[in-house]
Amino acid sequence: MNKLGLDWQLVEEARNHAKEIAYFTQAFIDKHTTVTVERAVCRLIGIDGVDEMGIPLANIVVDHIKENGNLGKGVCYYLGNTMIETGLTPQKIAEEVAFNKLDLTKLPGNDIFDIRVKIEPVVKKYLRIIKENKLQRDEYLKQYGEKSGPELYVIVATGNIYEDVTQAVAASKQGADIIAVIRSTGQSLLDYVPYGATTEGFGGTFATQENFRIMREALDEVGKDLGKYIKLVNYASGLCMPEIAAMGALERLDVMLNDSLYGILFRDINMKRTFIDQYFSRVINSYAGIIINTGEDNYLTTSDAVEEAHTVLASQFINEQFAALAYLPEKLQGLGHAFEINPEVENGFLYEVAQAQMAREIFPNAPLKYMPPTKFMTGNIFKGHVQNALFNITTILTNQKIHLLGMLTEAIHTPFMSDRALAIENANYIFNTMKDISNEIEFKKDGIIQNRAREVLEKGNNLLSEIAKEGIFETIEKGIFAGIKRPQNGGKGLENVFVKSETYFNLVLELMIEELKEE
Amino acid sequence: MGYSLDNKNFDKTLDLTKIKPYGDTINDGKIQLSFTLPIPNDEKGEICAKELANKMGLLDVTVVHSESLDKNFSFYVVYGNLVHTVDYSQIHVETIDDNKLSMKEVEEYINLNIGRDVVVVGASTGTDAHTVGIDAIMNMKGYAGHYGLERYHGIEAYNMGSQVENEKFIEKAIEMNADVLLVSQIVTQKDVHINNLTNLIELLEAEGIRDKVIVIVGGPRISHELAKELGYDAGFGVKKFAEDVASYFVQELVNRKLVKRKPLGSK
Repeated sequence: MNKLGLDWQLVEEARNHAKEIAYFTQAFIDKHTTVTVERAVCRLIGIDGVDEMGIPLANIVVDHIKENGNLGKGVCYYLGNTMIETGLTPQKIAEEVAFNKLDLTKLPGNDIFDIRVKIEPVVKKYLRIIKENKLQRDEYLKQYGEKSGPELYVIVATGNIYEDVTQAVAASKQGADIIAVIRSTGQSLLDYVPYGATTEGFGGTFATQENFRIMREALDEVGKDLGKYIKLVNYASGLCMPEIAAMGALERLDVMLNDSLYGILFRDINMKRTFIDQYFSRVINSYAGIIINTGEDNYLTTSDAVEEAHTVLASQFINEQFAALAYLPEKLQGLGHAFEINPEVENGFLYEVAQAQMAREIFPNAPLKYMPPTKFMTGNIFKGHVQNALFNITTILTNQKIHLLGMLTEAIHTPFMSDRALAIENANYIFNTMKDISNEIEFKKDGIIQNRAREVLEKGNNLLSEIAKEGIFETIEKGIFAGIKRPQNGGKGLENVFVKSETYFNLVLELMIEELKEE
Repeated sequence: MGYSLDNKNFDKTLDLTKIKPYGDTINDGKIQLSFTLPIPNDEKGEICAKELANKMGLLDVTVVHSESLDKNFSFYVVYGNLVHTVDYSQIHVETIDDNKLSMKEVEEYINLNIGRDVVVVGASTGTDAHTVGIDAIMNMKGYAGHYGLERYHGIEAYNMGSQVENEKFIEKAIEMNADVLLVSQIVTQKDVHINNLTNLIELLEAEGIRDKVIVIVGGPRISHELAKELGYDAGFGVKKFAEDVASYFVQELVNRKLVKRKPLGSK
């Protein structure tokens, strides 16, 4: 597809810069682990539940090793060794640690090879559960068929998982294809994952494994009535990226917000910490067949969408390469962008089309995630409905895939049931009446749209070349993305990054990669 | 629908002591509503919607649209004529009375009447992750062509960003010896902002510095009246820019004789 007359050599150049950036960062990532990486390993070998204080057993085990041993050896080492010494299961070991009955760090050490052999069947058992979830999803998609056009993505955010179910079921019946349960404000900064079904949250509902299960079950149920597979979204972001990816993999979520740049810029999470976390979380997502959504759209909520459009493109290139290093195929790379140009800008709509079409052409196999207007939405809901209509037109005109529905009450409150219904009606109307418009329309040679795309690509490539020279950490320190500066050693979570020891191993990661390489 | 064939036999003269909504004729009282009811969409549902509208004080109610959102949820668009009136001449609103100055006038005002830099510390506090509001007022670039406070000569602006705890915010204010505190609150679902805003005032009082600083809150759902109610000096809602905020605080600093007060940290 080449409607924009893009310079493909320049695209290649940009991609190579991004590759260089990602490789350089990966070298750093490979030398480190974090508490949440190790907790994710715990969860994927069956450590579940909380103690009487509500602290997750995964946290208890990892903190125990952190305080008494060397987390740089990895939990696989300690748990496998303890299994040999005590004959207990990982869950039982975790419980003993919680009751202070067992010190994993004081047991005689066994040979690494023997430890690996001991723990491998347990890891494989849980990988099988994930694999079966993936097969189950494929089965549903085969049975019901996959939607060809844009998929309608709506959010629910009541704070109460049971109320969320009511809203999600209604939205599904109205035509939603993808349901995202927005997380409670502030969860991204918790260095643990809450437990059990929850009914209290602020501006959203806590991401817990039980909440995932409850919503999955409800959507499967309504999907059976509707004869379609409703996709479920949550957020593998914040300080617990890989753990939430693990929970999502175990409960068959389909899409995960997953972007460390977002955490760095908008949640002030330490960049080193979150790049390490992101890598493992992406491998888990890939293994589970979960689409990731990246957060480029958010840059435009603080930066100007006309002036800073190239930072979105540059970030998409970088995210693509980080995804590739985590064995995440293009069809699972939901790169993000947004419709955020000021409605007062003359020909602003043309620039939106240029940006969206450019993303489509440069990342042809990615299920692009396109975000609706938010920044210039006001209390004028009537105008807001028109802004959303223009956004819907851009999607169908440029073949976006994951279409996050704009709500006419965006600037006012989390959506009412009727807001969502009106948004779905708006989108369905436009997607039907303009179904094949993208096949009918070409863009004028050297016209406003083509020129705009060219300009953004050029600026994006220049930026990537600068970042490749300086390194991603240094670039973020300078405030290139979203105009937000974050220091390398600032932000939250750096104290919980550990250098891997020589004998470190993470068998979950290793076995996942082994299989992913074969695919 | 189409042309209105209503018999318009009501008094069509404007009376400011009896204000009613206006559709296309003075005193027609026309109102449009939309809402969802947790009941099926059928004849009974429509009557229910009509009766609710009646109870709101609407006459000649028509349900112009209804649809099903789910088996037990239905959506209604309703029109009616309001019976109630309000005496407009008796309404008093608390507004910010200071003269509105331009950016240049603010700078001159500081130069002439304050004679030193005015220190402004701003943040989006609590769990609110949005920086849109505070950035629009404080950052160099500003918003919609209105430069932010960072650009003003005579104003030292420090933007702490989002998710700032009230304690940290106050710590910074004392450290910088701030004259003005700006709080932005965007997320207002289920009134999370109210507790957080009240908490900040309480903490300032506990520190004994409430009267030494000008405390301002802004956000799309914030009104001056609400701000006053919560113990703030002023509140700014939508369509307010850096110069509106600056006009207010430079004049207020002078009016409240805060220009030469002792540093915040001192006893």
